[in-house]
Amino acid sequence: MSEQAPVQEAPASPPTELEKRFPGLVKHDERAGYEGHIVEIANLVEVATAIRDEMGYDFLSSVTAVDYYSEAPDAENFIEVVYHLYKSTGGGSLIYKVQVPRDNAVVPSLVPVYPGADFQEREAWDLYGVKFESHPDLRRILMWDGFQGHPMRKDWKEAYFEEEVKPFKNRWPEGQVYRIEDRNPFGKNVSYPAGFDPEGFQEIEDPNLYSSLERSAMEYVEDIDTEQVVVNLGPQHPSTHGVFRMAVRLDGETIVGLKPVMGYLHRNHEQIGERNTWIMNMPFTDRLDYLSSMSNNFGYALAVERLMGDKAAPPERAEYIRVLMAELTRISNHLWAIGFLLNDLGAFFTPALYAIEERELILDIFEATAGSRMMCNYFRFGGVARDLPEGILPKIKDLVQERLPRKVDELDLYLSQNELVRSRGEGVGVITPEDAIAFSASGPVLRASGVPYDIRRADPYSIYDRFKFDVAVRYHGDVYDRYMIRIDEIRQSLRIIQQVIKDMPGGEILNGKNPYQVRVPAGESYGRVESPKGELGFYIVSTGKANPHRYHVRAPSFINLTILEKMCVGQKIADVVVNLGSIDIVLGEVDR
Amino acid sequence: MTEKTVAPTVNSAGYDVPPELRQSVAVTTLDKIWNMGRRYSVWPMMFGLACCAIEMICTAASRYDLARFGMEVMRPSPRQSDLMIVSGTVTKKMIPQIVRLYNQMPEPKYVMAMGACASGGGPFKEGYNVVSGVDQYVPVDVYVPGCPPTPQALLHGLMKLQEKIDRESITSVRWYQKDDIPAIPVPLLGPDIIDPRDNPAIREATSRKPAAAAPAAPAEPDAAAEAAAS
Ligand code: SF4
Repeated sequence: MSEQAPVQEAPASPPTELEKRFPGLVKHDERAGYEGHIVEIANLVEVATAIRDEMGYDFLSSVTAVDYYSEAPDAENFIEVVYHLYKSTGGGSLIYKVQVPRDNAVVPSLVPVYPGADFQEREAWDLYGVKFESHPDLRRILMWDGFQGHPMRKDWKEAYFEEEVKPFKNRWPEGQVYRIEDRNPFGKNVSYPAGFDPEGFQEIEDPNLYSSLERSAMEYVEDIDTEQVVVNLGPQHPSTHGVFRMAVRLDGETIVGLKPVMGYLHRNHEQIGERNTWIMNMPFTDRLDYLSSMSNNFGYALAVERLMGDKAAPPERAEYIRVLMAELTRISNHLWAIGFLLNDLGAFFTPALYAIEERELILDIFEATAGSRMMCNYFRFGGVARDLPEGILPKIKDLVQERLPRKVDELDLYLSQNELVRSRGEGVGVITPEDAIAFSASGPVLRASGVPYDIRRADPYSIYDRFKFDVAVRYHGDVYDRYMIRIDEIRQSLRIIQQVIKDMPGGEILNGKNPYQVRVPAGESYGRVESPKGELGFYIVSTGKANPHRYHVRAPSFINLTILEKMCVGQKIADVVVNLGSIDIVLGEVDR
Repeated sequence: MTEKTVAPTVNSAGYDVPPELRQSVAVTTLDKIWNMGRRYSVWPMMFGLACCAIEMICTAASRYDLARFGMEVMRPSPRQSDLMIVSGTVTKKMIPQIVRLYNQMPEPKYVMAMGACASGGGPFKEGYNVVSGVDQYVPVDVYVPGCPPTPQALLHGLMKLQEKIDRESITSVRWYQKDDIPAIPVPLLGPDIIDPRDNPAIREATSRKPAAAAPAAPAEPDAAAEAAAS
């Protein structure tokens, strides 16, 4: 690991490396509880390029916008775009921000420097109305074209708006109970601008999508005189892993352009999260990547605990339980991913049935511990919600020492050398390591391309530094390797769990009482974990109130999709589904 | 299962069959034999929306084994399916597709709202892109509560659907009547979701304010104007 990032310093500290390099253009973020630098907007691209090339921060983890808005007359209102960067060799973060006025939010796009910024900038445009200049394809991404307004702005109100902050009065003992539908003129979750005439309205379906598809395809087909067709896969398609849509432009059977279309499951996680109190968000995180709810809990708990400091440091036993649950989650997620990848390859449902059988055993453990099979809601700030029930440890032990290793070997034996898996997986959907890093791919997708980057090792959190495990890595970057790496990772997770069980201490499981309301000091924090899908990050901004001012999820499934077009162009249409399956997305997390 | 649903067909039309023929002859009504055939072969559409879909897949897998009900044949095409299990959050962006799929299903068709989201919006109800319940657009036969409903709950919902099928009669079901069943108008994605059936009400509400105060056109999303219908 190389030198630590020049962050987290007191305001009066000597100038950081970045400031020395760019005197006058970069300054400390001096707000209490904030870290990183503020970059002059005119120099953003220059600074970003230098940071990438000279300082080695080659992995753009997250780009997001924050709306600092208050109705108070003397309030300073602006939009801030926050960039989190890491080195692909490991180490801490580098954060920089730009600030723009709300009514003229224009920021130079960083897509030329970090192609992985593509979807994230589109999201910031969609939800915050930040215009990224010279972005190659700035369209709405989660909402549809023509939607009214930018919904994450603090002064935008949804149709069912009641109050800024929960708990709402109508759900409060002294308040009057009423249903919000009864207050909406339509009795539905809709609102229209004044003067809007529904009869005269003509819907134009995805105008920008198809023109963008055309643009991207042009590069490949100049002066070849063939007819190309556009095929839409999804949103209802048997193998798109949920309501995901791909608009594919085909030349014969070869793909010349592909645009993912998402938002069909955009359920406004972040906006609801900003109305919720801190602890209320915990069950909502379950529903992000609904196959691995425990990992999502983990990331959010880490982010908030980082802000709360020592008073939320989890006791030993809780840390062990957390790791245990996170690794069990990884196993169950990878089993599912393998089963359904085989589905996409044409082995319809049989391998998936075997995988689900094992997954059910893990779900049993979750149900016994947390009370629910899928939506565990198990982590709390400073620990976990309940202790392990009696008699569960021997069961887990039996599972991770006897049954699962055997079953994984079985899976490996029957599938890995299978002709079908090999011929459809090897050399298909290749991602080079350079591309994987540039496009901000993370998790198994990144590691299957030969980049041994695992947050558990590269920037350890919780107590992962105590366990022996290997960072699984494969080098071809194709579908087959992305399949194999999941088997490798299951084996490593089993190894970690075996150590956890051996060392599990007794004692408390929660630091202090389980509070109804937590006090989170003002500031920002970014907590990230290695979720089964990749790097799951939570960026939160607190103003010291009962609810987050900003609650952003850096969703691995979403960002891993940035590279999908690059993977697929030039290949046959039949491989698209396999390529998608090998990324292993979950729509709850893609769309949020 | 109640006793009624176990063997509902045999000798239930009020005719006595002589004892020596009971092994091989049964007298029943057309309704009952017709319903029996349908209740044991409800083909669901392979259609997952969100988290609840995962539990639906688990229900179809070996431990809960939907095949016991003759329902394991998940059809990827709406044209071959009888039952749409709306398994997850219905968003405004997705509802046009759901209505389209529903319109494409042949009669008889049933809809099950699986989970809190499909039934009424669930935890995401107040979201700006969320439809609070699929029943605002398509008629729902069975609601299954839960977030997500456990496989057991889903199975219970399917049994309730079977009971509903048992009560139907060829003479009265609407798809054998003379009149056509009109298709449900597909909602449009405008500044917000537009249900064409609501057009008069929408116009009523939006014309109450002077049009001059409105943002220039809905196609201009830059105007971060508040939705102004209230
Ligand atoms: S009801 Fe719960 S589990 Fe089902 S889709 Fe909604 S949030 Fe997910």
